Amino acid sequence: MTQFLVLLIYGLSEGAILALAALGFVLIYKATGVINFAQGEFLLIGAYTFYTAFVIFQLPVVVALLIGVVVAVIVGMLVERLILRPMVGQSHISIIMVTIGLAAVLSSIVQMFFGTQPRSMPNVFPTASVPVLEGAVPANRLWVLAVAAVVLTLLTLFFQKSKHGIAMRSVADDEQAAMTVGISVRRIFTMSWGLAAVSALVAGVLLADLTTVEMGIVNFGLMVFPVVILGGLDSVPGTIVGGLTIGLITQFTSGYFDPGLAEIVPYIVLVLILLVRPYGIFGEKRIERV
Amino acid sequence: MAAVQTGRYHRSYNSEFRLWNTTPQITRMVILAIVLVLIPLVFDNYWMALVNTALIASIGAIGLNILVGFTGQISLGQGGFLAVGAFTSAILTDRMGVPVFFSIIGAVLLTAAVGMIFGLPALRLKGLYLAIATLASQMVIIFIVRRWDFLTEGQGFVDVMRLEVFGFSIERANFEQQWYMILLVITIIAAFVATNIFRTGVGRSFMAVRDQDIAASAIGVNLTRAKITAFGVSNGFVGLAGALMAHYTEIISWERFTLDVSIQYLAMIIVGGLGSVAGSIYGAAFITFLPVLTRMLADELGGVAPTLRQQLPAFEHAIFGLTIIVFLILEPKGLNRIWERIKEYFRYWPFRY
Repeated sequence: MTQFLVLLIYGLSEGAILALAALGFVLIYKATGVINFAQGEFLLIGAYTFYTAFVIFQLPVVVALLIGVVVAVIVGMLVERLILRPMVGQSHISIIMVTIGLAAVLSSIVQMFFGTQPRSMPNVFPTASVPVLEGAVPANRLWVLAVAAVVLTLLTLFFQKSKHGIAMRSVADDEQAAMTVGISVRRIFTMSWGLAAVSALVAGVLLADLTTVEMGIVNFGLMVFPVVILGGLDSVPGTIVGGLTIGLITQFTSGYFDPGLAEIVPYIVLVLILLVRPYGIFGEKRIERV
Repeated sequence: MAAVQTGRYHRSYNSEFRLWNTTPQITRMVILAIVLVLIPLVFDNYWMALVNTALIASIGAIGLNILVGFTGQISLGQGGFLAVGAFTSAILTDRMGVPVFFSIIGAVLLTAAVGMIFGLPALRLKGLYLAIATLASQMVIIFIVRRWDFLTEGQGFVDVMRLEVFGFSIERANFEQQWYMILLVITIIAAFVATNIFRTGVGRSFMAVRDQDIAASAIGVNLTRAKITAFGVSNGFVGLAGALMAHYTEIISWERFTLDVSIQYLAMIIVGGLGSVAGSIYGAAFITFLPVLTRMLADELGGVAPTLRQQLPAFEHAIFGLTIIVFLILEPKGLNRIWERIKEYFRYWPFRY
């Protein structure tokens, strides 16, 4: 029972981070149709920017976070403007490859500045154990869960209530119709990359707080794919459910069976979902069949 | 005499069926053949090793291009399929005593079969979904290779004995030169076979699927059969490359077949030119030599920016990524298209167009 509870909290907290990372991916895919293989690199950049501001320059957490947000927005917008815009209208294969190239460039720039040594960061959240029922759970896991929940709620509200959020949804729905009612599609494209980078920044910082700041954060980016396929590619609630499910599956497999197998299980789930319900749990049934 | 073909002057079907039919084309091939024979006389062992690696990569890239460039089915599972070829051939020769020639054929057939199985999702999925499904197959294959103790007898790697075919064995002193000759012949045969596949009905059906699958099925192409055959044929070449890699490097472990390898092969065909056999070879050579050129550049710039030399792996990786981005934005059809433009320039010379 105790182990179950610990694994549950670990799975939920990691799943929440995954959901944040995947939300950025979904945002870009919905608005611009780009399949972003560099999502993990955005997490990496976010974590290292925060680390630089917080540890190297000794700034307060809030200021460091603000600097992180600014950097993330700038990087996201630059990437859209310089790399993705010239690629508009190219084939799927080319767009996938350009984001893979981008991933290589971004991660190696970070590596050039910081090397491959993991850096430890003083914990932002308290790490003391909190007794829950019979077991004990580290407090920072609960904090991460809470922060991720707040950010995810804010983003969902942004899509439903704010002018820009609604504009983004309309572009995702139909670019031409959005254009005719006076929405600047280009601005929305740039904005969604910026917003995706911010969502990745939050995920990166939370992940760094749970573990260390290291190049391995990138691997989290690949786990985004099982999440988005499970949740359905174009649904925000689906992404959250998908993230939590994959997080839980990974933790339970690693706790009860085999940590090595846990790395593969998300992909096995992915293949099964693709075979049974390719549009995911919440996705629109719009997948192209051949 | 024009330096390049100026038009089509066939007078019989026979002349149209020829691969090369103008004097300049034949002259170019003869020059190329002379250069290829001279290479081992000019280069030392270090460069020969790179050339050999590039030749093996060419075969793998041709295979991937058949699938991605000619049939339009993206695959991120190249690394896994190379692993299947490499381990099959290594285990057949080393542990079961099968002659190398037959074990390589076995590797080709098994990889083709595995490729067909993992190609099954392609029957229902396209674009992003297929990319992710093949990503999953890469992860699953590498996991199996890592965990299945039978493959490496628990050592984590397989030692492959020195190549011995039909009583001929590679000498230690002339290792790279002899391998060069073997690999050159195999690469030429592979390129020849691949070129000719696309002059047959099967190959044409692959291209029809790529260009417009619904139209293809409307004119009577069996989509299921075309896609599965494409996965099979493509991975046959990949299996050949994997098997040769095993026998050439003489040691294999799962680290050589990670997702990064899949990405490298995709980069090769992007840089070389999607849907072109010659382009696959240019791209394979380019990507194989890129790290060496990067290292030279880092040495040159070492005085100005010493970090480049200290962070060499990161610098190499950055240049690799930049190459992909620059090619996709500036010349999406790759090196092959650049070479064609050079030929066009000479054809119209002294006019611009």
